[in-house]
Amino acid sequence: MRWVNRHVRRGNRLLLGALPILLLVLLYVILAAQRHAANPLDKILPLPGGMAEAMAALLFQPDQLTGQLVFWADTLASLQRLGLGLGIATLAALAVGLVLGVLPPMRATFGPLVTSIAVIPPIALLPILFIALGLGETAKVALIVIGITPVMVRDIAAHVAGLPREQIIKAQTLGASSWQIMIRVALPQAMPRLLHAMRLALGPAWVFLVSAEAIASDVGLGYRIFLVRRYLAMDVIIPYVAWIAALAVVMDLALTFLDRRLFPWAHGMGH
Amino acid sequence: MSALLSLRDVWIEYGDKIVLERMTLDVEAGSFVSIVGPSGAGKSSLLRLVLGQETATRGSILLDGMPLTPECGPDRGVVFQRYSVFPHLSALRNTVFGLECAGAPLSARLFGTARRAAIAEATEMLNAVGLGDSLHLYPAQLSGGMLQRLAIAQALIKRPRILLLDEPFGALDPGIRADMHVLITRLWRDYSLTIIMVTHDIREAFMLGTRVLALDKRRHDPHAPHRFGATAIYDLPLRKEAGGATGEATITALECQQADKEGIGHG
Repeated sequence: MRWVNRHVRRGNRLLLGALPILLLVLLYVILAAQRHAANPLDKILPLPGGMAEAMAALLFQPDQLTGQLVFWADTLASLQRLGLGLGIATLAALAVGLVLGVLPPMRATFGPLVTSIAVIPPIALLPILFIALGLGETAKVALIVIGITPVMVRDIAAHVAGLPREQIIKAQTLGASSWQIMIRVALPQAMPRLLHAMRLALGPAWVFLVSAEAIASDVGLGYRIFLVRRYLAMDVIIPYVAWIAALAVVMDLALTFLDRRLFPWAHGMGH
Repeated sequence: MSALLSLRDVWIEYGDKIVLERMTLDVEAGSFVSIVGPSGAGKSSLLRLVLGQETATRGSILLDGMPLTPECGPDRGVVFQRYSVFPHLSALRNTVFGLECAGAPLSARLFGTARRAAIAEATEMLNAVGLGDSLHLYPAQLSGGMLQRLAIAQALIKRPRILLLDEPFGALDPGIRADMHVLITRLWRDYSLTIIMVTHDIREAFMLGTRVLALDKRRHDPHAPHRFGATAIYDLPLRKEAGGATGEATITALECQQADKEGIGHG
């Protein structure tokens, strides 16, 4: 049987998907054990026990200076920044994308502007943001917003502009105005695409969040990683990175679930 | 009868390419005009012109004696071969859409009594096209024939002066197409519609139309084929009366023919 025809059943799929991850973990543990056999004080590849010990302090013991549980304070601060940035970017992308996608004069006027903003590397704007907005929360959220909005706008605008011409004509023969076409024809059909764009923007959003936190912050997952780097504290960095990955995966799954739940018409319900 | 739609010496040109030339046409209220012709003969351009999606480079078009606005509006309904319905709305909501647009300019949604009245009207229209059992299905759940029924119901709820059909049954299989012929003939008679239909199927054109218009190029320049446009080379009136006895006869004939086909299919 050809490999293109070998379909994997659901149960087996989970098992197969877990296999390479488990293998990688195993490989890591073997390498770490080898290093520790040679040097019990090795810091580069900590053993799982070492990581648990280091993390327990951050998870359960209040920080002496702030009185907070460091890990949870970091998580909360980062999620808040990410959520704000992603939320603002999503709303902006929806509004601007719809206007650009539905109204050709607006597309002609503002399309090139959006494209030019999109090609600027957002990190290059970070100094400007810090100078203009200070070192507080605003600059960090602004970096996420500036980093992901242009791409999302272009995606939504292209999707809306690509709706079949027949639909737009049909809506007009049913008496719809530009505004009505925007809110009743384009907006609902842009929603599944918007969730998709959010999923794709999650990756860059985390990049910008960690970058902003690494440069100027006093709390946050990215801040902690860059702080403990000075002490070569891989036993904290690795669990933090794994935690960020887990959060990102959960968000991605949640968005996929929402998409399927809210917009069943977009996923070929079959006859 | 007076002409509902009249084209006077209309040309459509794209740059130096001439698509339609010297097109003069009077369409009477209540007629069913079929337009046939080879690909690229400007059938769809003519339809888009009447729809308002395209503007004539020369000549004038009058609807009810008034110059036609060069923009699509609710006085002209349309059914395309595909993509005529909104995938995110159920059959009922697709049909109510036209009423909502007129009733609520800002929100495009109706509430309370107005909403109930609109839903009742849409339900009646869907029953008329035979979708009474599929009110709450989404387009993705409907077959090709049902989608076209929905597209027709959606257009008819606005009571358009003219209904334009752009190869509406082209993508359907023969059995379903015969059903649709019966349906469109019945609707044409019941709602006293004026219909212009573009089709590739000459049999369909003659069977349904009260008048068949064949578009093609009269002249041909082998060195510059794009310099001559198409125009109506044949204009055949088939039946004088819209509806009435002839309409009934057509439906009976169509049904007989369909029964024959099914007989063959089962035999």
